[in-house]
Amino acid sequence: MNRFTARHILGMSTLSPDEITFILDTAESLKDILERPIKKVPPLRGKTVVHLFFEPSTRTRLSFELAAKRLSADTVSFSAKASSVVKGETLIDTAQNIEAMKPDVIVMRHPHSGTPHLLTKYVNSAVINAGDGTNEHPSQALLDLFTVREHLGHIDNLKVAILGDILHSRVAHSDIQAFTKMGAEVVVSGAATMLPSRQSEVLGAKVVLKMEEALEDADVIIVLRIQKERQGQSLIPSVREYAMFFGLSPDKVKLAKSGALIMHPGPINRGVEMAPEVADGPYSVILDQVTNGVAIRMALLSLLLTKG
Amino acid sequence: MNAYLFTNARIIDPSQNMDFTGDLLVKDGIIAAVGESLDLPNDAGVIDLEGKWLVPGLLDMHVHLREPGEEYKETIESGTAAAVAGGFTAVACMPNTQPVNDSAGITRFILEKARSSARARVYPIAAITLGQKGEQLTEFGDLLNAGAIAFSDDGLPVKNAAVMRQALEYAQNFDALIISHSEELDLSRGGVMNEGRVSTILGLKGIPAATEEIAVFRDVALAELTGGRLHIAHVSTRGSVEIVRQAKSRGVRVTAETAPHYFSLTEEAVFGYNTFAKMSPPLRTEEDRLAVIEGLKDGAIDAIATDHAPHSVLEKECEFQMAANGIIGLETAISLSLNLVRDGYISASQMIRCMSISPSNILGVPGGSLKDGNSADICIIDPEAVFTLTRESLYSLSYNSPFLGKDLQGKAILTLIDGRPVFDPTGILRVPEVN
Ligand SMILES: [Zn+2]
Repeated sequence: MNRFTARHILGMSTLSPDEITFILDTAESLKDILERPIKKVPPLRGKTVVHLFFEPSTRTRLSFELAAKRLSADTVSFSAKASSVVKGETLIDTAQNIEAMKPDVIVMRHPHSGTPHLLTKYVNSAVINAGDGTNEHPSQALLDLFTVREHLGHIDNLKVAILGDILHSRVAHSDIQAFTKMGAEVVVSGAATMLPSRQSEVLGAKVVLKMEEALEDADVIIVLRIQKERQGQSLIPSVREYAMFFGLSPDKVKLAKSGALIMHPGPINRGVEMAPEVADGPYSVILDQVTNGVAIRMALLSLLLTKG
Repeated sequence: MNAYLFTNARIIDPSQNMDFTGDLLVKDGIIAAVGESLDLPNDAGVIDLEGKWLVPGLLDMHVHLREPGEEYKETIESGTAAAVAGGFTAVACMPNTQPVNDSAGITRFILEKARSSARARVYPIAAITLGQKGEQLTEFGDLLNAGAIAFSDDGLPVKNAAVMRQALEYAQNFDALIISHSEELDLSRGGVMNEGRVSTILGLKGIPAATEEIAVFRDVALAELTGGRLHIAHVSTRGSVEIVRQAKSRGVRVTAETAPHYFSLTEEAVFGYNTFAKMSPPLRTEEDRLAVIEGLKDGAIDAIATDHAPHSVLEKECEFQMAANGIIGLETAISLSLNLVRDGYISASQMIRCMSISPSNILGVPGGSLKDGNSADICIIDPEAVFTLTRESLYSLSYNSPFLGKDLQGKAILTLIDGRPVFDPTGILRVPEVN
C-alpha cells in the first residue's frame, strides 16, 4: 500500500521515479494547507525535528522549519562549524549526542560531501540531506520538479537547460538526476572551468560548451548562483566577463521555447548570472519555487514520520 | 649445530633464476644448500612443504611505522609483527614521523628501538629536507653513517624543483637514492580522490592523474639532468608508468614501485564515501590499473611496496573530506599480488622479484636472495590458503584496510630471519627439532 519505503532522503541518486512521483503527489495535497488562513495541521504533533546546520543557510533552514511547524512538529536548531580533524568534537560525537535526545528526523546541511550518509550510520532517526558539499541537495531538486510539473503539467520529454557551475553545484547534481529520472532531457552548459574536464556527459546530462545549444528549444531554464571562487581558486576572470558571456540575458531566453520557465535556486546575483528583466519576467517561477519548497519539505517530513 | 631441511618445496628465487621443486638446507641461520634433492644431514630436522612456496624473505621498501610520535597507530614492534605475518623479513620505513627523521639522532633512535623490539629488519629512510619542509637538505652523509639507507620526503613532494635538483646532485657523493612522492601540490590541493566520473557522482573534489604525471616527469627530467639515482614511489597512473618506461629506455637512473591497491582496486572503491579507500595518490581508473599491471609485467615498474599507512578511527571514522590518506598493506600484499599470478598477468617469479631482490637492489641492502651463504631470511607461502581479513586477524595496531571482511587467498605461513622463526602461527618448526 505505502509506496514510500525510503528511510532517509540522502539524494536523488537513491530515489526511484515511483518514490519521486509519490513525494510530488503528497506535496501537492499538502500545498493547500499553505493557502489556508490557519496554516497548521496536526499530523506530526509530538515529533521532533532537529536542524543540524554546519554551514550558514537562512533560506533552506527557514523553509524546513516552516514545513515542520505547519505539520505541528517540534523543531530544534543546531548550528555549528564543521569541526577540524581529530581531538575536537567530531561529527560522530555530535551525532551521538543529538541521537541521545531522541529526535525523529535530523535535517542536515554540511560543507563536506557524504556527511549525511555518515550520519545515518550513527543515528536511528531519519536523516534528510539539506545539502552536502558539492554532492546533492535533494529537496531543492524535488521542489524544482514540483514547480515544473505544476506549470507544464508533466516532466517527461521536456528539455531542461541548466546553466552555471555544474561541477561544484549540489543543486545541479540533484537536478540533473531528478529530471533525467523523470524522463526529461537535460543539457548543461557554463564556463569550462565549471564543467567536468573532457566529459561530454555528466550524471546523464549532455555537456555543451555553447550556451546557445543548451538553450535551443528548452522548456525549462535553470540558472545556478555563481560563486566567483572555490577553495581559493578563481574559476572566472571577472564577474563582469561572466555576466557578458554566461549570464542569461533576454536575448538568450529567446532561443528557448516561448514561455519557457525561468528558474533559480536563489539567492540571485541580479545582473550576473541572470539579467533582472529575466528574473522578474513573465515566465519566471522563482518565487513559486520558494513556496513549493515548503510543500515539498512538508511532504518529506510527513512521509518519513507517518509510515508504519 | 642447528639445521633443518625443507623438502618438496617450490623454490622461487629470481636472484638466481630459480623456480623448481626441491630442497633447501638451513644451517646455523645460514642458507647452506639449495638443490633438487639434497641429502639429509644426520642432525637436521625435516619439514616436508608439500609443494608450498619457499621464497626469499620479502622486503617492503615503503612502510610507515609511525614511531616516534604516533604510537597509537602503530609502533616499530607492531608494524614489524604485521610485516613478518605478511611474509616480509625487512621493511624500509618512511621519515614522516613526529619528529621527522631528518637527523642522525632520530635515525639512531629508530634503529635502537628496532634492535630492542622489532620482529623484522628495519631500514630507516631519512628525509630529503629538514622537517620535510622542502627547503634545506638534511645531512645526507651523517644520516647514512647513522644507518639511513635512502632519502624521501614521502607524504609530501619536494615542491621546489631547485631543491630536488640539489638533492639529486648531492646524493651522488654518497651514491644515495632519492625517493620521490610525486605530486604537483597546487593541482591536487583540496582534492580527495581521483578526478573523473566517480568524483563527479560523489561530489568530491578530484585529483587528476596529471597531478602525479607532472611531478614524475619533473623528477625524471632532474635525474636525467643530474645523473642522480631516483626512485618513484607508489606509481598509480598510466601516464606515470609510460614516463618511467621511456626514461629507462633512455638510460635514466630511475626505478619505480607500485602498491597492491593500485593494481587491485579502482576509484569505484570510494563509493559510499569509504574512507578506507582514501589514499595519496588516489585509487585511479580501470585503465590505470591495467597499465600498472602492464608496467609490472614489462619491468617499467620494478617493485611492489605496500605504502603501509596505519591510521586509527580518529583519522578514518569521519567525513571523507577530513579523513587521513592511506591504508595498511603488509598483511594483504601476498594475496593481492598472487591475484596477478593467478590471473596470468605475471609469473610467480616476477611477483617474488618485485618483492625481494628488486627492492633490495634498489635500496642497496642485503637479502632478497637464497644464495648459499646468505642469512636464512625465508618466507614460506601457501598460495592456496583462504582466509578472511578481520580486525582480530591483523597484527597491525590499525585496521584501515579496504579488504577488511573480505576473503583473500594466499598467505605467509612461516617467516624466518637468520633461520629463526619470527612468524610460525601453526608451529611448523616445532616438529623437526626431535630428529
Ligand atoms: Zn607517498
